[in-house]
Amino acid sequence: MDDRILLSHGEGGKRTRDLIAQVIARHFDNPVLAPFLDSGLLGKIDGEIAFTTDGYVVTPPFFPGGDIGRLAVCGTVNDLAVCGARAVAISCGLILEEGLPLETLERALAAMKEAAAEAEVTVACGDTKVVEKGKGDGIFITTAGIGVSVDGWRPSPPRVRPGDRILLTGTMGDHQVAVLIARQGLALSAPVLSDVAPLAGLLLPVLERFGDRVRFMRDPTRGGVGVTLNEMASTAKARFALEEAWLPVREPVRGVCEILGFDPLYLANEGKAVLIVDGGAAEEILAALRKHPYGREAAVIGEVEAGAPGVRMRTLAGGLRAVDYPVGDQLPRIC
Amino acid sequence: MCLGVPARVLEKSGAAAVVELGGVRREISLMLLDDVSVGEWVIIHAGFAIERLSEEEAEQTLSLLREIADATEIH
Amino acid sequence: MQLRYIDEFRDPATARALVERIRNDAGDAPVRLMEVCGTHTVAIARIGIRPLLSGAVTMVSGPGCPVCVTPDGYIDAAIALGRGKEAMLASFGDMLRVPGKSSSLEKEKGKGLDVRVVYSPLDAVELAAASPDREVVFLGVGFETTAPAIAGAIRTAAVRGVANFSVLPSVRTIPEAMGVLASDPEVRIEGFLCPAHVSVIIGADAYRPVAEAHRIPCVVAGFEPLDILMGISMLLRQIRKGVARVENEYSRVATASGNRKAQELVREVFVPCDTGWRGIGVIPGSGLRIAERYAAFDAEEKFGVPVVYSPEKTACRCGDVLKGKILPDECPLFGKGCVPEEPYGPCMVSSEGTCAAYYRYGTP
Repeated sequence: MDDRILLSHGEGGKRTRDLIAQVIARHFDNPVLAPFLDSGLLGKIDGEIAFTTDGYVVTPPFFPGGDIGRLAVCGTVNDLAVCGARAVAISCGLILEEGLPLETLERALAAMKEAAAEAEVTVACGDTKVVEKGKGDGIFITTAGIGVSVDGWRPSPPRVRPGDRILLTGTMGDHQVAVLIARQGLALSAPVLSDVAPLAGLLLPVLERFGDRVRFMRDPTRGGVGVTLNEMASTAKARFALEEAWLPVREPVRGVCEILGFDPLYLANEGKAVLIVDGGAAEEILAALRKHPYGREAAVIGEVEAGAPGVRMRTLAGGLRAVDYPVGDQLPRIC
Repeated sequence: MCLGVPARVLEKSGAAAVVELGGVRREISLMLLDDVSVGEWVIIHAGFAIERLSEEEAEQTLSLLREIADATEIH
Repeated sequence: MQLRYIDEFRDPATARALVERIRNDAGDAPVRLMEVCGTHTVAIARIGIRPLLSGAVTMVSGPGCPVCVTPDGYIDAAIALGRGKEAMLASFGDMLRVPGKSSSLEKEKGKGLDVRVVYSPLDAVELAAASPDREVVFLGVGFETTAPAIAGAIRTAAVRGVANFSVLPSVRTIPEAMGVLASDPEVRIEGFLCPAHVSVIIGADAYRPVAEAHRIPCVVAGFEPLDILMGISMLLRQIRKGVARVENEYSRVATASGNRKAQELVREVFVPCDTGWRGIGVIPGSGLRIAERYAAFDAEEKFGVPVVYSPEKTACRCGDVLKGKILPDECPLFGKGCVPEEPYGPCMVSSEGTCAAYYRYGTP
């Protein structure tokens, strides 16, 4: 095998077969994928099906706490989990840039394999294309995921009502800060790891146990908790009131935010979920989340109140401010 | 226009220093200050230490604020 | 875990007490206090205290956002350099979305312009040193807090012989603008909350001419909630007593005479000049241009791209907002033709602009 990806690796000839047999197959040796047919045959699936898709373009592909491979698997699993579905199978579409070191591909695939095992999901099919140098950013991964909905639970935004509580399963901003530091352009060093993690094991048992006392859930990825809550408030036509003092943020993430002028509310997370739950069940649900390794720092961050849809926050100083959509990605500022 | 934060000087070499805030470290320039020592607190802005933070003055300000807080009745 | 010298100044109980102290000191009519620093504008909006202080204090924002007061001709000049000279443009994040006459750096970046966001002007010098065959132009925008850093970068480039580095300057100084505002009878300011880090450089004494000539109290205040509330409380007490002094709440960092070494460096690299403030007009002696001896690092000189200041579009009332004559929501365009995603005027341009802060953090 060559030590870099070449255009011929994507052309369907011998090089493509070699890439599949000598590299890709080693990482995805499950019975569904092994025959390398044009489709993965999943057989009969019992239950209601959920279906999701995602694309992963993170730069750099490896960062403290995670990588593009792990991200691709967890992101897909989590999109299904927050809708109450257990992921059964995912697809893996690779778009590789000519010149990509083979080692990078190997590391990403190994990470995907490990994440898929942790999340108990099968990589059932895949595809590989190669684009000319300069037309891709190293490696892009696209996925689609099929899941089976847990019995008796569906996301129900219309059931959100005043008195419901807003829960966040852990600290904000770890992922985006880890990636930012890995990019090195800002010459900061901080002990921050991406939180990228598969959340089915954390969330689905909670749904099975508490049923419709969980109204609905989202994962706060791009745009962070701030954007996600605005979208949820809009979907549920509800008014959310947050307490700044209750927002969980790690110290070094706060440090980076202070230096660069960022607001942790708008930083991306890849291993967290926001849940709107019945006020009376909030403490019990919180306790259940905290028992799981990915929910140890779960916290109540606010509640649903009566009034026009939107998100606002009571500040540490006792004042009140709106939490609106930001204009684009946050940029380091001096003002 | 003045985003600046307090950080502690961890290491120094010539006109450069490594400072730390909440576990975050960055190299900054000491070009704008004289005789900064390791362990001192400085305010950093745009990659420079723009002034020292006096821990003594900080404690005095906090004491004053606490006194005011104690003396003010909340209705 | 606490962030030292930050979290102590965010204590909620003390904040409540200071709000109470301010309310106890209130008179029959709210006093009009002006802050002249984008960082104060945003901090005040983010701590959400306006409703708590209503009736006692009206906080008005002045032209404290260096991004907002930079003429749109500056952005056009930067884009021209990037395109024409194929220069690498290095900039603080604040400038990326500022609209020029027809485009912004962010939009041009999408079309292939080489724009790099940096945290420090020294990073731009490093970029230049690493690419000796390319011109690197740093967009030097800021007030007195940032002037020493920009000067430091220029001097560093000079000492190291990084000839492909230059700065397109847009540096302004605050006290002259404060004087203009204090002299304007329509503006009616009763007290100035003075910028923490500008004051760290220039010293609290720099405000004495304004305080004495116009009999307006000036208090230097930090950016944390307790600093701002304490600063407001100190202003209110001076107003009640009928005095007009300069006081320093931010004594843990700011001193009466400021950072002399930084001031000397600024004097070495820059020279005062008259300059235009977007939305206000030309204020004599309120700008800094690069001195002759450093002309080789002055992008305007080096490339012959003068930054043109021209008066503003008419429907926009930014001038009045920047001078504190009206509140953002009194501008007919606010929230209609002019929103953060598509800003019409300078006040909405920067996320630290008065209108942007008002729009984003005002309660829904």
